[in-house]
Parts: sequence; structure tokens; C-alpha cells
Amino acid sequence: MTGYLIRRAGQSVAVVIGVMILTFILLHLEPGSVARSVLGLKATPARVAIFDSLYGLNKPLYQQFAIYVKQLFQGNLGISYQLQQPVSTLIAQRLPRDAILLGLSTLLALVIGVPTGIYQAVRHNRLADDLLAGTWFTLYSAPDFMEALLLIALVCVQFHILPPAFPGGVTSVTGLFADWQALVLPVAVLAINSVAGFSQYVRSTALQVLAEDYIRVARSKGMSERLVLTRHVLRNSLLPVITILGLSLPDIVAGAVIVESIFNFPGMGLLFWQSALAHDFPVMLGGTLIIGVATVVGNLAADVAYSALDPRIRYGSA
Amino acid sequence: MAAPETAPTPTQPSPARRPVVMEGGEVIASGAGAQLSLRAFTTSKRAMTGTAIIVLLGLFCFAGPLLYHTNQTQVSLGIENSPPGPGYPLGTDQYGIDVLGRLMVGGQSSLELGFAVGIATTVIGLLYGAVSGMAGGIVDAFMMRFVDTLLAVPTFILLIIVASMFSLSLSVIILILTALSWPYTARLIRGQVLSLRPREFVQASRTMGATGRSILFRHMVPNTLGISVVTATFSIADSIYALSALSFLGIGPPPPFTDWGTMLSNGVDNLFNGYWWQVYPPLIVLVLVVVAFRQVGDALNDIVSGQRSGVVRRRRRFRLVPLSAPRDG
Repeated sequence: MTGYLIRRAGQSVAVVIGVMILTFILLHLEPGSVARSVLGLKATPARVAIFDSLYGLNKPLYQQFAIYVKQLFQGNLGISYQLQQPVSTLIAQRLPRDAILLGLSTLLALVIGVPTGIYQAVRHNRLADDLLAGTWFTLYSAPDFMEALLLIALVCVQFHILPPAFPGGVTSVTGLFADWQALVLPVAVLAINSVAGFSQYVRSTALQVLAEDYIRVARSKGMSERLVLTRHVLRNSLLPVITILGLSLPDIVAGAVIVESIFNFPGMGLLFWQSALAHDFPVMLGGTLIIGVATVVGNLAADVAYSALDPRIRYGSA
Repeated sequence: MAAPETAPTPTQPSPARRPVVMEGGEVIASGAGAQLSLRAFTTSKRAMTGTAIIVLLGLFCFAGPLLYHTNQTQVSLGIENSPPGPGYPLGTDQYGIDVLGRLMVGGQSSLELGFAVGIATTVIGLLYGAVSGMAGGIVDAFMMRFVDTLLAVPTFILLIIVASMFSLSLSVIILILTALSWPYTARLIRGQVLSLRPREFVQASRTMGATGRSILFRHMVPNTLGISVVTATFSIADSIYALSALSFLGIGPPPPFTDWGTMLSNGVDNLFNGYWWQVYPPLIVLVLVVVAFRQVGDALNDIVSGQRSGVVRRRRRFRLVPLSAPRDG
């Protein structure tokens, strides 16, 4: 177990270093020079030289990488070309809001997805299962922005129940809840996309659990079907969901970019999108680094939690 | 070293080409694997529905413009935002361009991109994964950490970054998407290769002196082809979706390039004016094509992994013939 954890942590560190190299390479992959793309084609050579020395862009690549890594460990992710603010500040402002958006939607998705998955497993290959599977499959396959657009068209344009987007200038976490009506649709859209994955995953694990001997034992000793489902099937089908939670983090983040840009949600996704439109690379790459590290840590945490929660799982120490 | 005397020489034909004799009967091959998989595919409702939708949409996009001639290049402000009616079955957009004709042109780029990325991703991922799995040890560890690094960052995020660096065209987008989406296939294939490596037939050919390269191409690649086809189908759907999402966010290739995502993005600006015909047609075809490809992928996955009981029955490649049964030949 300890051996496995050490090996797993070592792999994670290697991947984090890889992500750092990747973001650094991407930063320098831009055709032409960074100075030209920020200052414009008409910038004088003198201004370009000032810009280059200001951001250390005139040093050799390996020195720049060393400086980059050193700054990373000091929590310095660079300065936004466009907003002229430290990237770390920009990200730190937005991360809590994203935690709320992604947390709420994932919670909602679990609350809907897990019971439906178990229900589908119980009604395996019946009409209800087929209908639900078809619905989830279509919703899952349909692009995120389709659901967002249809909901806006229906809820906002037709019935005027909820606002179609966040008002500008929301800055605090409490501000988000003050505009809770605007929070409903983004959370719903993100949840819809995750529900399909969760329910289909729970369905297949619950199917395996239902075929286990201990379920037959529970039933034959006269346990009520409801208790069998809640005590045995639910608990045992929930465990693998932890892994799926860790693995689906990148998808959730990618979905957040689209959803936030549609609903004007003041989070990382919106920041990322606006930086992409403005060619603001330090912000984009800072965000990428944070997302990459979060994914690696998330996967590692899922692995550890999984083995801690299920005593049957023992990773080989080889 | 001489072969053991009991082993039959290869030149000696085995009786009635039935090599395996089991207690109570013998096992004979009842068909080629490819044929049986094809039959499983054609009898799967989901696979056939998905294929039919894809073929129809392909005909619509590529053969449609031959029969339905529209002006897709010139702005005609006199007829901008016309609702569906005579002359314009699906209305016109904000530049007065016929929406039905636009759907066909936009679909061409979506489908071309999907197939190109699907095939390229699979070839690269298959080779990389197979080589990594065969190599093992430190080479494998390095190759996989590289894959992990690319997988740690969401493909869509990387796509946005790289897309905002270059002036995009369809071929550039195909290159970028391929470069970003092969690691998933590679990881899957490597897992499959690792599980194949200790199998008897691989050991046997290694014992007979086969080189790593010949094992790679004669055993590993053919045996992982099933999963590869599945991932190819999914990556076609994913890349069509990625292009449309990119265009939707306004970071896609500049005009005159068009795809269904671009149409949607333009149409959404007019949704609040009630110009629904600029939004729903591209939305419907986009969902149709992505769902169709995923359906085919899902059905193929069931066939390859033999999950569905019906499919398992059809996929059985051998049947047991009682020894007492009359034989021919």
C-alpha cells in the first residue's frame, strides 16, 4: 500500500513537471514574438526591446524556464498583458466562485444520477431503463451549448422566469448567491452534462453488484427489497463513483468554459475565454497549469480515497 | 534443437483440418472473425440507425449542393433574415445567405474534419500505445508520463490556447486536434497490449524467434484493431463537437470558413429577435451527427467487448460437434 502510494505520488510529480514544461513551451510556441502580438505590428523596435527585457524574454530559453519555475514556486504566475494584474490574483479571485459553480452542479448531478442509475439497473433492459438510457445518451452526446441555448430560449425568452446571464460586476462569493436566479441555469446545464455519465456508470456497477452472492443472501434471509437496495446495492455502487469524479474533472472544467462564457459567469472559464480572444497568454497558461495540477491531485486523491474506503482493494506494492 | 518426436510436422495435413479434439466433441471454426463482427454490426439496431443517419447526412452535405444550387458567397442584404418560405426552405441568415445551402457547406467541413481527425488520431495512438506497451520498462514509463501530461490538461483548453496562436484553416485545425487527442487512444491501446503480452500466442511467437517489430505488427496491432475502431468513432464525434464549440466561442477559423458551430454562433445573436430558423437547423444536424457517431461507437464497443448477451452469442467463433455426428470428407 505505502509502496503503491509512493509510486503513484512519484508519477503525479512527474506529470506536474510535465505540465509545467508544456505550459512553458506553449508560451514560447506562439508564432512571431510575444511582444509583437501584445504591442501590435506597428510597435517600434525600441518598445519591443523594453517589453522583452521587462518580461525577461531576451534571455536564453533555459534561463527563462529556470526563472519561470522559480516564480511558480513563489506563487507568481506572471502578469496579464491585457489586465495588467498578477495572474495569481486574477485566478485566486475566481477560483472560489468556480468551486461553488462546479460543486453545486456536481452535487446536483450526483443526487439525480446515482438513484436513476440504480433504478435503471433494477429495471434492467425494461422500457424504463431503455427510455432513461436513451434520454441520458442524447443529453450527453448533445453539445453543452445546445442545452444552454435551449434552456435560455425556453426559460428566459419564452417565459421570462430566470435571467439569461449574470449581471456584470459580481465580485464576491456572497454576490453570487444574491443573484441566485442567475446561478440556476449554469448549474443546471453543467449538471445535465454530468448526470448522464454518473447514471450510466452507476447503472453498470449496480448491475454487477446485483449479481453478487451477498445480494442473493440478503434477499433469501428475507431482507426487504428497499433495504437491499439502500444497504447493499447503493453503498457498493457508490464507491467507483469516486474514481469517476476524479477522472471527469477535466471534462467538467472544459464544460465550464463554454457555460461560463454563455451565462457571463465570473469564473475561470470566462477569464480563460476572454484571454483567448485577447491573446493574453500568461492568463491562459496560468489557468492551464492550475487545471493540470488540480486534475493530477484530483486523480491521486480519488485513488487514495478509493483504497481507503474499500477494504477489499489492496494495491500491489510492486 | 530437434523438435519433439510427438509433435506433428507442419507439412502433414491434420485429418479433416480439425485440430482440436475435445472430450465429447471437437471444436471447429465456424467463420472468420471479421465476417462475424460484420454480422453483429449489421444486426445491431443502434449501429445501423447511427450508420444510416451518418450516410444520409454525408449525402446531404456532399451530394446536396449538386442538386440544390444556392449562392453561398455573396451578401444579399435585400433578403436578410427572411423566414422560411418559397425559395428559401429554411430561410436566410443575417447576410441573406440561404440557410439550407449553408447547412450543406458547413456540414462538409464538419464531416471532413471528423473523419480526418478520427483516422489520424487512431493511427498515431495505436502505434504509440503499442510501442510503449511492447517496450516496457523505463521507455514505457517516459512515454506514458508524456501521455499523462497531455491528458492532465483538458483537450478543449489546450485547443483554445493553440487555436488562438495560429491563423486557422480546416487543415490547421485537423492538425491541432490530432496532435491533442491521440493520447487517450494511446493509453487505451497500451493497456490492451500489456494484457496481450503474456498471452500464449505472443509467447509462442517469441519462442519461435519473432522480433519485437513483427510481434507488434502481426499480433498487437491486429488484436487491438477492435478497440481502435471504437475510439476512432468516438473521436470523430468529439472532434466535430470540438470544432463547433470552438466556432461557437468565436475562436474558430475566420470567414469564409463555415461549419455548424459558426452558424449556431451567428444565429444565437438573433435568437432573441425570434429568428429561430438560424438556430434550430444547425443545432439539430449537429446533435444528430454527434449522437449518430456515438451510437455507432457504443454499439461497436458492445460488439468488441462482447457485453451484450445477444452479441456474445453471435460472436462465438467455434461450435462443438459431437464425435458421433456424421462427417463429410
